Amino acid sequence: MPVLLLESDFSPYQRLEDYQAQCVRPGENGAAVSFVGTLRDMHDDQAIEAMTIECYPDMALKEIATVCEQAADQWPINDSLVIHRYGNVDPGDTLVLVAVWSAHRQQAFDACRYIIHYLKHKAPFWKQEKTSQGQHWVTTNTEDQGVVSC
Amino acid sequence: MSLTVKYFASLREQLGEAEQVVELASLPCKAVDVWQQLQPQHALAENILVAINQSYANREDMVEDGDELAFFPPVTGG
Repeated sequence: MPVLLLESDFSPYQRLEDYQAQCVRPGENGAAVSFVGTLRDMHDDQAIEAMTIECYPDMALKEIATVCEQAADQWPINDSLVIHRYGNVDPGDTLVLVAVWSAHRQQAFDACRYIIHYLKHKAPFWKQEKTSQGQHWVTTNTEDQGVVSC
Repeated sequence: MSLTVKYFASLREQLGEAEQVVELASLPCKAVDVWQQLQPQHALAENILVAINQSYANREDMVEDGDELAFFPPVTGG
């Protein structure tokens, strides 16, 4: 269940294809569910020119790994992959990839949603948006509905 | 006895420093006590989170010689 932090832009779909080809056992999984978070060019009616993501790398790796383990404890998933960006990000760039493989789709959906939800609330990343008005720190995360608690 | 103290994001900007390695004779002591010794001019705001050795902690938890203590605002990843 690897967790990666990357400073440069990446293709989540290429990463998925590569990981599936190299690390996922053929025939084991009936479902693969992925979430790809991308930087939008608008937020609260303001045009976003760029974003900087600061992180506490050692703790981020630890927290995300813990969330993935908690998901694996709750649902019978076979594997997961999480990649999170940090550094300077442009609109359209991928911010995060969460992928889960399992025998059946429901547990893959549930585990994937659980991981992205708790990653957003626990992993130490901080977003700073750059707009025509200047730079400001993002202070709140969007909420997900109906996620099982830890 | 030494301690590494890290600050992140808006808190790092507010304090003007990202990391300190400090010698504290008072160790072991509470995380909040370290803050008060190092940042006597700034109150530790209620929304500031604390981590000890890269794990979430309470501000009343004890830090010991050689630990890494971090203070940061609410996270906004994903």
